[in-house]
Amino acid sequence: MSNESIYLPRPATIKNITKFTESESLFELVMDDNRPLNHQPGQFVEVSIMGIGEAPISVSSSPTKKKSFEICVRAVGNVTRAMHRLKIGDKVGIRGPFGKGFDTEFLKGKDILFIAGGLGIAPLRSLINYVLDHRADYGRAIILYGCKAPHELLFREEVISWRKRKDIECHLTVDKVPEGEHWDHNVGVVTTLIPKIDFNPSTTYAVVCGPPIMYRFVIRTLKERGLAEDHIILSLERRMKCGVGKCGHCQINGIYVCQDGPVFNYSEIKDLPEAL
Amino acid sequence: MKLIKKDEFLNFVDSLIKIDPRRVIGVKSKGNKFIFDTLNSANELRLDYDVTILPPKKYFLPPTETLLKYDLTDKFSVEAVNEVTPLIIIGVHPYDLIALQQMDIVFRDTYQDHNYIRKREESILIGVNIQNVSPYSFAGSMGTATTEEGFDLMLTDLGDEYAIEIGSEKGEAILNKYAKIADADGDTINKVHDIKGKIASKFKKQLNFPPEELPKLLEENYDNELWEKNAQKCLSCGSCNLVCPTCYCFDVQDIVELNLRRGKRVRTWDGCLLEDFAKVATGENFREDRAARYRHRFMRKGKYLYDRFGFIACVGCGRCASACLPDIADPCKVFNALKEG
Ligand SMILES: Cc1cc2nc3c(=O)[nH]c(=O)nc-3n(C[C@H](O)[C@H](O)[C@H](O)COP(=O)(O)OP(=O)(O)OC[C@H]3O[C@@H](n4cnc5c(N)ncnc54)[C@H](O)[C@@H]3O)c2cc1C
Ligand code: SF4
Ligand code: SF4
Ligand code: FES
Repeated sequence: MSNESIYLPRPATIKNITKFTESESLFELVMDDNRPLNHQPGQFVEVSIMGIGEAPISVSSSPTKKKSFEICVRAVGNVTRAMHRLKIGDKVGIRGPFGKGFDTEFLKGKDILFIAGGLGIAPLRSLINYVLDHRADYGRAIILYGCKAPHELLFREEVISWRKRKDIECHLTVDKVPEGEHWDHNVGVVTTLIPKIDFNPSTTYAVVCGPPIMYRFVIRTLKERGLAEDHIILSLERRMKCGVGKCGHCQINGIYVCQDGPVFNYSEIKDLPEAL
Repeated sequence: MKLIKKDEFLNFVDSLIKIDPRRVIGVKSKGNKFIFDTLNSANELRLDYDVTILPPKKYFLPPTETLLKYDLTDKFSVEAVNEVTPLIIIGVHPYDLIALQQMDIVFRDTYQDHNYIRKREESILIGVNIQNVSPYSFAGSMGTATTEEGFDLMLTDLGDEYAIEIGSEKGEAILNKYAKIADADGDTINKVHDIKGKIASKFKKQLNFPPEELPKLLEENYDNELWEKNAQKCLSCGSCNLVCPTCYCFDVQDIVELNLRRGKRVRTWDGCLLEDFAKVATGENFREDRAARYRHRFMRKGKYLYDRFGFIACVGCGRCASACLPDIADPCKVFNALKEG
């Protein structure tokens, strides 16, 4: 083991594919050696398609689900598009899990305000499902989830089931509703949901995942609602070429997102000019 | 400490070339410059060189290196590749030895990179104390003009002979096997000590303050207008990264054979000055601004890697200064300018 290459992926087989939208699908994977991935919510894996390349992708399932794990992939480039051409039974390579995930121990007993924008729901879902699987250990669970348009909603059925549960509060929003689409919920960016909910800033931790531009607005609104900076937890995305602290691509000033993140407490990174 | 006559030293090198199974690399001249290259004969060695175009890192982190190879006709058939050619490298200057020790720390940190580590472990480094100083170098003021470690053997020119410091058992073994040596007496040891003590003062170019002040100086000058001013001339060519003995960033790519049956995953040198270095798939470029990239290299050398690993990641070799066409890459000039305010 100790002499093993840190760049060698282990094979995993696609057990199931759920298509969410034209460009986003959920892949259920099983490691061929049947070892559980043993990840923390918020960690990522490097997914390899041999002949194409490798991409960092968040694990979207909770570690409480042991036999398989899930990743939600948006087709944007070489690897992610190739992923969408794969079928059930095909194999991909997996390295990891890597990075620092959400501190599930620390969050015990706290109220959690989950805020997801777009694909940000993918990493956040691993924590949401973890909390739901250990529901009694945590305080309130409030989910705010925003997408551009109704047809872009990911994990639709699961989101509907969250809305039905009495022990979670789940609020949805879209930036706009195009002609011909139906929508019963809020319209506006995800920040517009924040003033509509009640929470106690001293017992609440916000966990935020979304596109880079979302963070600034969400953080400002949360601070206006009295949330302290160290009560804001976020997951950041950077270019990555190794996942193991060598290639230098993921650096934000002096920190390495692949090692020190992707999950950070806002108070740790707010003074880093390159962070947000 | 040992002594070897110069003609015996040439015999020693020729024996290494002819008999030892490891490949022998040394400093040779190329035009009016110097390079590390395979030695065919001891006569090619130029131990009086000032600086080589590229540092010896190219042997441990090659410009292109295969990490994996795979068979695409199978569902999943991948194997790790680690091409290790055991080497004996002759004529490494102290600043380059120190740079390699820094790379050792990086590639051993948390996740062990055996592609690098194995190459290092299988090689022997024979250092030489600096005889001629490059006009671009400021190693004297960086504490990297001499070193007591990081070598297997270390040579000091004493005119008709070389003094040899032994740094490892591996080094001692090749001496015993291939070289005709004598023990150095007390006088010689003092003489070597004296010579080493004077090397730092031969450098005309100097950092005007102790390098330990760099992390704080850089932190205070993150928003200095110098970054923007100098970066206006930057060509984003990445030469300053490529020639640097302490730059190790890389890119990773898959290369498939024309028959589409087999392929390999390779890593290649990359540079943080290149425009796309921090660009991600959503089109966002986290260091889009030339000045931000320009600044990043200096911050990394003098602060970021110091904060992480505890060393100043510039050994003052001056290679970046001589490689930069618009002449803005010189850390000595930049750091001194920041200090003057
Ligand atoms: C921690 C983390 C978690 C992530 N989680 C998820 C997730 O759960 N789901 C998901 O879908 N995505 C996720 N991503 C994003 C995902 O990693 C990228 O979308 C993916 O790497 C794109 O790879 P690709 O090969 O498909 O695109 P590529 O073909 O590599 O490139 C697409 C674009 O990337 C840039 N680029 C890439 N390589 C180069 C190059 N050599 N030179 C210049 N530009 C280049 C360009 O802008 C290019 O247009 C995550 C990223 C990180 C860092
Ligand atoms: S060598 Fe000079 S011009 Fe080229 S990227 Fe470096 S600083 Fe810019
Ligand atoms: S930054 Fe320049 S002077 Fe310093 S080690 Fe690198 S190449 Fe040499
Ligand atoms: S991804 Fe390579 S250093 Fe972080």
